[in-house]
Amino acid sequence: MNALLMDYLPVVIFIGVSLVIGLALLASPFIVAYQNPDPEKLSAYECGFNAFDDARMTFDARFYLVAILFIIFDLEVAFLFPWAITFGGLGDLGFWSMMTFLGVLTVGFIYEWRKGALEWD
Amino acid sequence: MNVAAAFFYLFAFVLVASAFMVISSRNPVQSVLFLILAFVNAAGLFILIGAEFLALILVVVYVGAVAVLFLFVVMMLDVDFVELRQGFLQYLPVGLVVGLIFLAELVLVVGAWVTGPGVASAVASAPPSAGDVGNVQAIGRVLYTDYIYFFQAAGFVLLVAMIGAIVLTLRHKVNVKRQNISAQVARTAKTAMDVVKVRPGQGL
Amino acid sequence: MTQLLPPIGAVLPELVLAISAIVLILIGAVRGEGSANLVTGLAIAVLAAVGVLVLLQPAVEVTAFNGSLVVDAYSRFMKLLAVLGAVVSLIMAVDWQAREKQAKFEYAVLVVIATLGMCMLISAGDLIALYLGLELMSLSLYVVAAINRDSIRSTEAGLKYFVLGALSSGMLLYGASFIYGFTGSVNFLQIAAVAKEPSFGLIFGIVFLLAGLCFKVSAVPFHMWTPDVYEGAPTPVTAFFASAPKVAAMAIFVRVVIEAFPHVTHQWQQIVAFVSLASMVLGAFAAIGQRNIKRLLAYSSIGHMGFALVGLAAGTPEGVRGVLLYMSIYVVMTLGTFACVLTMRRKGQAVETIEDLSGLARRNPVMALALGALMFSLAGIPPLAGFLAKYYVFVAAIQAGLYGLAVVGVLASVVGAFYYLRVVKIMYFDEPVDDFDPMPTELKAVLAVSGLFTIFYFVYPAPLIEAAGAAARSLF
Repeated sequence: MNALLMDYLPVVIFIGVSLVIGLALLASPFIVAYQNPDPEKLSAYECGFNAFDDARMTFDARFYLVAILFIIFDLEVAFLFPWAITFGGLGDLGFWSMMTFLGVLTVGFIYEWRKGALEWD
Repeated sequence: MNVAAAFFYLFAFVLVASAFMVISSRNPVQSVLFLILAFVNAAGLFILIGAEFLALILVVVYVGAVAVLFLFVVMMLDVDFVELRQGFLQYLPVGLVVGLIFLAELVLVVGAWVTGPGVASAVASAPPSAGDVGNVQAIGRVLYTDYIYFFQAAGFVLLVAMIGAIVLTLRHKVNVKRQNISAQVARTAKTAMDVVKVRPGQGL
Repeated sequence: MTQLLPPIGAVLPELVLAISAIVLILIGAVRGEGSANLVTGLAIAVLAAVGVLVLLQPAVEVTAFNGSLVVDAYSRFMKLLAVLGAVVSLIMAVDWQAREKQAKFEYAVLVVIATLGMCMLISAGDLIALYLGLELMSLSLYVVAAINRDSIRSTEAGLKYFVLGALSSGMLLYGASFIYGFTGSVNFLQIAAVAKEPSFGLIFGIVFLLAGLCFKVSAVPFHMWTPDVYEGAPTPVTAFFASAPKVAAMAIFVRVVIEAFPHVTHQWQQIVAFVSLASMVLGAFAAIGQRNIKRLLAYSSIGHMGFALVGLAAGTPEGVRGVLLYMSIYVVMTLGTFACVLTMRRKGQAVETIEDLSGLARRNPVMALALGALMFSLAGIPPLAGFLAKYYVFVAAIQAGLYGLAVVGVLASVVGAFYYLRVVKIMYFDEPVDDFDPMPTELKAVLAVSGLFTIFYFVYPAPLIEAAGAAARSLF
C-alpha cells in the first residue's frame, strides 16, 4: 500500500460513513415505521390532481448558455489548482503567466457581461 | 489480494456496469446519472494508478460541469426518447464488433510495446518516475513556465469557446423592460413629468 | 534554468495577433453592436500588418519555447499565404455583411483568432503545439460556419463541421498519443531522431495522425463534410474556408511528415499517395453532376488538395516546393473565383446555381473573361498558372518514381476539365439571363488581381519559385 493511496484513506472512510448513514436512514422506515397502506393513501394528494403530462419539457436554450459559460470558468479553475500548490517555486514568470491567462479570460468575461449574456430577460 | 486490488475490482465493476446502464436505461435522465457514476468510478481508478490530477479534473470538470450540460441537453431536446430507443439495443452486435476491433488494435499495439525488442529503451526520454512529488505538483512546476506557450494557447481556446457560445446562442427577447438603475436614479421631476395645460371642455 | 521566454522578434506575428484579438473584443464589447465596421476595418489592418511583420522576419531559423514554435523560411512562406487568404476573404466579407444585414463584429475577431491558430499551426514544432493550433483554428471555424445562425443551412453546416471535426481531432490525438508512447517525445526533431525504423505502434500513430490531418485538408476518405459546409456557410465564410485554413492544414501536414518521420518515409508515402489519388479522382468525378457553384468549388478543392498531395507523396525537396507553389496558386485562384461567386446577386438576393451565369459574356464581358481565365486555370490548361502548378508537382512525382500517381493525376485533371469548361460554355454560349447587381470595388480589385496573376504568372514565375524553393529546403 503506497503513501499516495494512504492519503486517500480518510476520503474512503468518509464515503463509507456517509454511505452507512444514508442507507440506514433510507432503510429504517421500512423496518420500524408502522405501515398500513390503502388505495386512498397511495393516490395523489387528495386535493391535488394527477399530472397532466410528462414532467420533462423543453428547456430554454439560455440554460445551455449559462451551463457552457460555467464549464469554461470551471476549466479555468482547474488550471488554478496546480498553480496554487506550486506557487512558491514558480517565480515571477509563473505568476505573470497565470495573470495573463486570467486576463485573457477576464476579457471574455467583460465581453459576455457587455453582451448581456449574464442577464435573464 | 490486497486492499488496492479490491478497490480496483470494485471501481472497475461499477464502472463497466454503469457504462452498460448508460446505453440501456430507458430514461435518458437516468442515463446521465449513470454516466456520472461511471465518471466517479473512473476517477477512483485514476487515483489507484496515481494519476491524481486526472481524477481531480474528472470530478471537477466532467461530473461538475459536463454532466450538468448533458442533463440540460437531454431535457432541452424535445425528442421522444422512448420512441428513439425502440430497438436501440439491436445495434449492440455492430457496436460490439467495432469495440472488438478497437480492442484488438489496442492489444496489438500494447503487445508491440511489451514484446517489441527494446521499444521502451528506444524512446527519446523515458517518462519520469513518480518520485517524491505528486503529479499535480509535477504539472504545476512545468505548465506555467516551461510550457507557457501551451498554457496561453489554452487560454485562447477557452476564449474562443466563450465567444462562440455567445455568438451562436444568445438572443435577447425584444420588448423586455429591464432595470437601468443609473437612469432610474437620475430621474428628476423635470424628466419624469410633463405639465400639460388642458382647456376645459376640449380634452387633449 | 533555460531561457524560457523567446526573443520577441520570433513570436511577434503571433503576439500581435493575440493582443489585437483581445483589443478588438474589448472595442466590440464596449461600443456594442454598431462597431462591426470599425472592428472589421481594424482587423483587416491588423492582418495586413501581420503579413508585413512575417515578411520582415529575418531569414534565419529560430525556435522558441523549447522548440514548440519554429520560425523558418517554410513557416514564413506559409504564414504569408494564410494571412493573405484571411485578409482578402475578410475584405470580401465587408460588402456581403452590409447587404445581408449580418454585420457582427465577432466575425472579424474570430477570423483574427483563427489566423492566430493558423500561425501557431504552421510554426508548430511539436505535437502539442500542433494540436493547440489546430483546435484554436478549428473552433473559430466551427463558429463562423454557423455565424448566420438564423439560417438553417448555416447552422447545419456549423454542426456538421463541428461533429466531424471533433471526431477527427479525437483521431489525431489518439495517433499523437501512440507516437509519443513509442518515441518518448512530442518534438518533431526528437521523434525523427528516435523513429529510425517502423514499429507497429509508430505506424499506427502515423495513420491516425494523418487521418486527422486529412480531415482538415478535406482529402478523400475524410472529405464528406466539405460540400455541405461550403454550400451551407455564408459565401464569404466559404471563401475563407477554401483559402487560409487549407494552407495552414497543408503546411502542418507537410511539416509533420517531413520533419518528424524522415526515416519511415515509405510508410507515410503509401498513405499520402492513396489519399492523393483518391482525392484527385473523386474531385474530378463527383463535381460533374453539381449545379450549385459552391458545391462545385467544394469538390474542386478536394481535387486540388489531391494534386497538392502528389508533391508531398514524392517526399523530396522538389516535391515540397511543388506543394508550396501549388498552394500559392490555388489560394489566388480560389479567392478570385469566390470574388465572382460573391458578385452573383440579383435584386439583392444571392444566387448560387451555375445556370445563373448563363450568357455572362454578353452582360459583363470583363467578369466573364476573368472567371473564364480562372476556370481554365483551375482546369490546368497551359499556359495559365494552374497548369504550371500541376506541372511542378507532377515533375516532382515522376522524379521520385511515382509514375502511376502522375498518370492518374493527368487523367483526373482531364476529367476535371470537363466541368470547369462547362462553366465557361454556359457563360459564353448560353442565352443571357438577368443582370447581376453592380460589383463592389473591392471584389473588382480582388478579381482583377487574381485574374491577372493567373494569366501572366508564366511570364515571370522566378521569384515565387525561388521563395518556395528556399522554404522547402528549410525543412530538409
